Amino acid sequence: MLAFIIQRLLQAAVVMLVISVMVFVGVYAVGNPIDVMISPDVTQQIREETIRAYGFDKPLWHQYATFLTKLATGDFGRSFVYNMPVLQLILSRLPATLEITLAAVMGAALLGVPLGMYAGYAPNSIAAKTIMAISVLGFSVPTFWIGLILIFTFAVNLGLLPAGGRGETVMVMGIEWSFLTPNGLKHMLLPSINLALFKLALLIRLARAGTREVMLTDTVRFARATGQSEWTILRHHVLRLIAIPLVTVFGLEFGSTLAFAVVTETIFSWPGVGKLIIDSISTLDRPVMVAYLMLVALLFIAINFTVDVAYAALDPRLRTRKAT
Amino acid sequence: MTDRAATPTHAPSRFRAFLSEFGESPVSVVAASVLGLIILLALCAPLITPQDPYDLAKLVLIDARRPPGHMGSSGFTYWLGTDAQGRDLYSAILYGLRISLQVGLIAGVIAFSLGASLGTLAGFVGGRTESLIMRFIDLQLSFPAILLALVLAAVLGQGKWQLIAALVTAQYAYFARTAHGAASAERSKDYVEAALSIPLSSARVAFRHVLPNCMAPLIVVATVQVANSIALEATLSFLGLGLPVTEPSLGMLIANGFQYMLSGRYWISIYPGVALIVLIVAINLVGDQIRDQLNPRLQR
Repeated sequence: MLAFIIQRLLQAAVVMLVISVMVFVGVYAVGNPIDVMISPDVTQQIREETIRAYGFDKPLWHQYATFLTKLATGDFGRSFVYNMPVLQLILSRLPATLEITLAAVMGAALLGVPLGMYAGYAPNSIAAKTIMAISVLGFSVPTFWIGLILIFTFAVNLGLLPAGGRGETVMVMGIEWSFLTPNGLKHMLLPSINLALFKLALLIRLARAGTREVMLTDTVRFARATGQSEWTILRHHVLRLIAIPLVTVFGLEFGSTLAFAVVTETIFSWPGVGKLIIDSISTLDRPVMVAYLMLVALLFIAINFTVDVAYAALDPRLRTRKAT
Repeated sequence: MTDRAATPTHAPSRFRAFLSEFGESPVSVVAASVLGLIILLALCAPLITPQDPYDLAKLVLIDARRPPGHMGSSGFTYWLGTDAQGRDLYSAILYGLRISLQVGLIAGVIAFSLGASLGTLAGFVGGRTESLIMRFIDLQLSFPAILLALVLAAVLGQGKWQLIAALVTAQYAYFARTAHGAASAERSKDYVEAALSIPLSSARVAFRHVLPNCMAPLIVVATVQVANSIALEATLSFLGLGLPVTEPSLGMLIANGFQYMLSGRYWISIYPGVALIVLIVAINLVGDQIRDQLNPRLQR
């Protein structure tokens, strides 16, 4: 088992290195950040000094080597635009993203699992068909469009909820949180719903498929024979049996919520990491782009690694399989 | 002579059976008709629109941001209103549909060919080549497609072909995985061994014999992916990373109207959005039906 873990860790490290080269070369192929950083009417001398100060005159491999050595000490470089360490910048934006992501994931789970289970329990009822129609819509309609409709309905027409921003925040442990103030919660509501809808559609489908399968098994038949109520059967037996695949898929999907947060945060001007990456793409803030992409890659590799190890722990056959 | 006559009648009858089964589901028939109508409208756009929305000289700025039904200064009515540049939205939507369909289809076809070839190759050849290709594809699939497309669109810059390249990179892996699964199942079948022992070249067997037998699952993935690439294109354009501003796709029309929505000028964003949703939902419904019909596990 230890050998398996070490092998996978080494693999992950190699993949990470390859990704870092790809990201670095890719990002450095975009535009010329000098044009964005300094005004076009400065003297030639200042221009060249700036280029030299940032090391843009060096060949690409040299810049990459500098980047890697700095990275080894945990230094992702400084943002061109905000003029602060990139890592600090990203970490300062992370709580905002985590806040809506967690709210969305929890909301989707609390609503999606019961709805999906009901749709699987009574697949021919009108309610089940309505639930499934909603889930088809949740899958088909692009996230940005749902966000737009939410803003149009609740912010513009009804005037009930704010259209963007984080609202009032409270500092707890040096970090600003929106969910602790009523006003912040109001601001969180629409972005969270927007982010949750896709997960909701997914969970409904998974829970429905799982429930339909489990309802036909002997477990349910025997539970019924012992005279338990349908409610008890659903809650105690069916839910437990469908929980494992649900949790697995959901854990994997948690990472991709980060990707959808890019869209949601842009629409609702929510100052999280997703908004940061879009802004840094338009301002050619290379260090932020590189650091963000590397961190996302790291997150996904970590998730995959955990899944691999968890599966190997559960199924010994996977440990001996040659992994190239 | 007799068996030559037998082959052509066989193929259409299977196709006809497919069509008649498709016809049994009213929802799918409606979706397919809507899809057909949209494609027809998009194809005929220059003939049935009063204005060329890409010709900046024809746009009248006085007519900018007019509500639906406004009588324009150029002598025709803006039935769906105008955008901030004075574009007739009805014309812009039909032209936008053209772009969305075009980009979605081209990206879909390229991703299909690339992914299906890679997947078939991996499944057919096996060994180290297989594990190398599939390991890479698994790695890519663990990454969200939208993030990949986002970064690529940013790196490659604006333009139709850059966008298509980004969409293809984000999507070919789904085809590759599907083709790989189907091809490795086919490889062990007798007809493959028979063909190889004639002997036919492996490439010929892989692409002329195995690939056609993997088509059913690939077609299912294709319908989903065309809808996805249209949605992805719209999302990228919405984020300002898609097509150039001079030729707005549906996503860009929506993005441009977004800022005016807050002041109540809903039509600039809403109508292109409705067109986009109808298109995507129609493709998905048709795709669902095709999936149900081609899925061997659901065959009656």
